[in-house]
Amino acid sequence: MTNVTMTINGRSVSGTVEGRTLLSTFIRETAGATGTHVGCDTAQCGACTVHVNGASVKSCNMFAMEADGADVTTIEGMANADGSLGTIQQAFQDHHGLQCGFCTPGMVMTAAALLKENPTPTEGEVREYLSGNLCRCTGYHNIVKAIMAASGQDVSSIAAE
Amino acid sequence: MSMGKPLPHDSAPMHVTGAARYIDDIPVPADCLHLAFGLSHVARGVISSMDLTAVRTAPGVVRVITAADLPGVNDISSAAHDEPLLAPGEVHYHGQPIFLVVATSHRLAREAAAKAEVVIDPKPAILTIDDAVAVRSYFEGGPLTWKRGDVDPAMAKADTIIEGKIEIGGQEHFYLEGQISLASPQDNGDMVLATSTQHPTEIQHKVAEALGTPFHAVRVETRRMGGGFGGKESQGNALAIACAVAAHLTGKPCKMRYDRDDDMIITGKRHDFRIAYKAGVDAKGKLVAVEFDQYVRCGWSQDLSLPVADRAMLHADNAYFIPNIRITSHRMKTNTCSATAFRGFGGPQGMVGIERVMDHMAHRLGMDPLEFRQANFYKKSKPQETPYGQPVKGFILPDLVRQLADTANYKTRRDAIRTWNEKSPILKKGIALTPVKFGISFTLTHLNQAGALVNVYADGSVTINHGGTEMGQGLFQKVAQVAAGEFGIDMGRVRITATDTGKVPNTSATAASSGSDLNGMAVKNAVDQIKDRIARFLAVDGVKPKDVLFADGKVTAGNTVLSFEEAAKMAHENRISLSATGFYATPDISWDRTIGKGHPFYYFAHGAAITEVVIDTLTGENKILRVDILHDVGQSLNPAVDVGQIEGGFVQGAGWLTTEELVWDDKGVLRTHAPSTYKIPACSDRPDVFNVALWNGENHVPTIYRSKAVGEPPLMLGISALMALSDAVGACGEAYPNLSAPATPERVYMAAKKVGAKR
Repeated sequence: MTNVTMTINGRSVSGTVEGRTLLSTFIRETAGATGTHVGCDTAQCGACTVHVNGASVKSCNMFAMEADGADVTTIEGMANADGSLGTIQQAFQDHHGLQCGFCTPGMVMTAAALLKENPTPTEGEVREYLSGNLCRCTGYHNIVKAIMAASGQDVSSIAAE
Repeated sequence: MSMGKPLPHDSAPMHVTGAARYIDDIPVPADCLHLAFGLSHVARGVISSMDLTAVRTAPGVVRVITAADLPGVNDISSAAHDEPLLAPGEVHYHGQPIFLVVATSHRLAREAAAKAEVVIDPKPAILTIDDAVAVRSYFEGGPLTWKRGDVDPAMAKADTIIEGKIEIGGQEHFYLEGQISLASPQDNGDMVLATSTQHPTEIQHKVAEALGTPFHAVRVETRRMGGGFGGKESQGNALAIACAVAAHLTGKPCKMRYDRDDDMIITGKRHDFRIAYKAGVDAKGKLVAVEFDQYVRCGWSQDLSLPVADRAMLHADNAYFIPNIRITSHRMKTNTCSATAFRGFGGPQGMVGIERVMDHMAHRLGMDPLEFRQANFYKKSKPQETPYGQPVKGFILPDLVRQLADTANYKTRRDAIRTWNEKSPILKKGIALTPVKFGISFTLTHLNQAGALVNVYADGSVTINHGGTEMGQGLFQKVAQVAAGEFGIDMGRVRITATDTGKVPNTSATAASSGSDLNGMAVKNAVDQIKDRIARFLAVDGVKPKDVLFADGKVTAGNTVLSFEEAAKMAHENRISLSATGFYATPDISWDRTIGKGHPFYYFAHGAAITEVVIDTLTGENKILRVDILHDVGQSLNPAVDVGQIEGGFVQGAGWLTTEELVWDDKGVLRTHAPSTYKIPACSDRPDVFNVALWNGENHVPTIYRSKAVGEPPLMLGISALMALSDAVGACGEAYPNLSAPATPERVYMAAKKVGAKR
């Protein structure tokens, strides 16, 4: 058992973990931030995506120990300082980029990483970047649309409706 | 007014911030225990010895439960009582739960379960449809046949006859949130469960049976699921019962969630089918006779297989009038996981069968497949009867299909594709339009009922509750819009509450696309009662109750204008009840499944899709290039929610028929038990061009605001993807492609090779 400390959404969180404790487990159980969802347990569905030192990471595929001392942002840390929805969050809501919502936190976190790297992606680039995040409900159309809108691009020409 | 507006999903603000609670996010007491099943490692056999010593002594283990330790009935089935929670001596599929570990954490429970020494004497397993047919392993003793007219003489007189068969694979639900349940023991022997289920009432009943208590001692609550798709209609029973039994035996709260691999191995999937067909047309290209043999792989227990197979038979006509038809359904019992409900509930498989016939016959006749389909549609003007004797009323497909074909330039594009293919030796394009006519109602007539509870509080705030469950489809949002619209108040005043067997009892599963139809009406019924009471109270000085208006946040009775809040407060102070239960039972339905005749559906939902694809004939790789959809939701309760269902339904249906392949090996082991090997559509698979439009029209029967059900029908729009791939393969030569589903790159490659070789 090892003590680890990391900053999660600006708050310092410490805990005792086993070598094999996953970052997703630490976030959910030690930090109590349950917006990070575990979907497939094997780093394929992307529902558990968080940012570690600014990089997008599937938190079920990283040990908590590896994140010792790191700065972690989860979906709970994505709202604006005044508590209002961030641009990407607002766009997912406005453009119906969600149904059951289970994949949504991971989608938002991946979208944020994309827009940081590439502030005005093409539709094709969005689709490619999201290939590690599965959604079973929406057919992805409105998710792509939401991300395009969040990047400040005109989405009126993106069909459907 | 809130009705018909494209408002966001009620939970959207919570979903985008991670605040929406799923079962695994509910805070639990520190002494909460966690469960895992020990699973059978053979497909069929007798347990000759079971040494659980190492399990019992493993770290964190509190208790190990076997069939002999269960306090009540050992059964998790929906109806047939043929599905034990824990195998009592014989095992019937690879992955069947044998014992239950109760431990202090999810991981410790799973680790301990792996330490069991279980010896199973294997027996010959019946794995495939062929295996089952060979030994006549049938449910209900043998096949079921429904017919109309006289097939054999009609076939004998037919001008052109085709024969063939298609294999249609199953489908894993892959709800993003896996199966999960949490049980908390109460005083007086009561049990409260939070469960990810489409059917809280069935969980209540099965838990009560397992604990030996009346139904009233069990309460089940479901706020939301992270996806259901039919996979949480009966497949959550095992976890809920396990939790309740363990909580009962230990006195502690118990939680169970399947690891994804376990989830895919243990739970049932969409039924895979083999459909053999023979069809005849007259000289004018009209269908005169069709014969289907539908072989259904049901798995080891009955579960919902009989109604699933019935619905496949009920959709063997899809949109076409077939004067002489014989449908024989073979419900095969096999040593595989028990196939279960999945969006469409057998309808999609039945529809693939007839669409395959239409495609094959058009190819034989050298006709455009769309023209052949149109020529055989049910008549719009004079309702014709389905094979089961229901008149096809409100049939809009001839107009809908014409409009879609026009706006999406079907004919021009088909010609352009033909020209393109002539110049392209390696890549081949294909295009197809397929229609959907889907029957709305549960075929088990008594399920077509719903209850609701509406409370208006003295401050004018409102809660609504009904038997429907929210799995992402936007049911709660739609029904809240109904309530807000009827009260004439804004959405902010209406609080949607978790489905709860203690609030609305004896509910049906949220299934058969019936959620909004049934629960919207039940909530409206409750709202109407409260409004009527308020209206009678305010109707004084010659004002009639029916003239009291509820609109724009106000209640107006003659010259008296009150805010809704004031009206509620005043009514309460004058001892007027502001709480009502609502009820709805679908009218005009009747059905006799033994003879296959009746009026099982209240109405039909329609839609059509055109899909264009390209294949690489050297590798079988393929891509959907463009999709155009026109779909009928009647008068939409929420167009944004409905369009979302259509887009998601199409992609899920296309996934089923193209990339999603379940593979069992010759030992009955599912080899595709994770997303690494089982490929659901990813974002990059989404069609480049995806045009979705709603048909402009209202339901011809008086459903809630003349809307139509939308959950399942759009899934079958995905059939156009399979037919487009078949069209592309057909461009490789003269022969009919005989493409089976899922049309994976391997199948497309093999089919293209075969068609090309016969040139």
